[in-house]
Amino acid sequence: MTRIGVITFPGSLDDGDAARAVRYAGATAVPLWHADADLHGVAAVVVPGGFSYGDYLRCGAIASFAPVMTAVVAAARGGMPVLGICNGFQILCEAGLLPGALVRNAGLHFVCRDQRLRVLAADTAWTSGYAAGQEITVPLKSGEGRYVATAGALAELRAEGRVVVEYVGAAPNGAMDGVAGICSADRRVVGLMPHPEHAIDPLTGPTADGLPFFTSVLTALAGV
Amino acid sequence: MPKPEILDPQGQAIAGALGRLGVAGVAEVRQGKHFELDVADDVDDETLHRIAGTVLANPVIEDWTVRRA
Repeated sequence: MTRIGVITFPGSLDDGDAARAVRYAGATAVPLWHADADLHGVAAVVVPGGFSYGDYLRCGAIASFAPVMTAVVAAARGGMPVLGICNGFQILCEAGLLPGALVRNAGLHFVCRDQRLRVLAADTAWTSGYAAGQEITVPLKSGEGRYVATAGALAELRAEGRVVVEYVGAAPNGAMDGVAGICSADRRVVGLMPHPEHAIDPLTGPTADGLPFFTSVLTALAGV
Repeated sequence: MPKPEILDPQGQAIAGALGRLGVAGVAEVRQGKHFELDVADDVDDETLHRIAGTVLANPVIEDWTVRRA
């Protein structure tokens, strides 16, 4: 069975749900510890949500220097699929795997709601199970989820089809150009603020719309 | 400090509070961070700039300056 790592930092919250989503998709979830630079032979990594290291300094900043992230960054540069959700997205931006940054929501309020999203890129390692243009509903819960990037970086992301998901309607956090999630140039590293791992079963989430993130990567890995 | 083009809602909230307190004439507030490092005398400026640019500040969204006191 495919082994997918889920990192736990001090302050991670959603590692349990991320591991559950990995198992729902039919893979083995391998717990990875922030202080351990060994990836234990996993084929892909999920960097989950939460408040790593208390979000001290900046969200995701200290986690981006953790020993496990050094290994993740090196593996990602070699093509290993990585998914960053919420705090995980912030960490991937701080680590330089994805361009831009996440800052305080425009309204200063923590936003917690079921959010409608549009999947724009269905050709990444984590979104091949969707149709381009498909609308999905998954939870969004963040206080610093406003995506910002330079005008040049944003134009490049749009031109290269690297805006993976965008908010339907006005961005609830003031994100530039409605960006909810983006991917790397090789389309194997994806980061997004909303939480697909909380929407894998209608019993425990608003929908099962998030599950294809976790099944898509198995397809991508099988195709290698 | 957040770069000029980065919206600073915390600074805006402070500016709004000043207005409610009856303070006139404050057009804008920008909120940033200030770090004080106690370092050995042989730590050079280049090292301090590296610390500021790679750890303390995120150059994507923040400008920074280093000052020795």
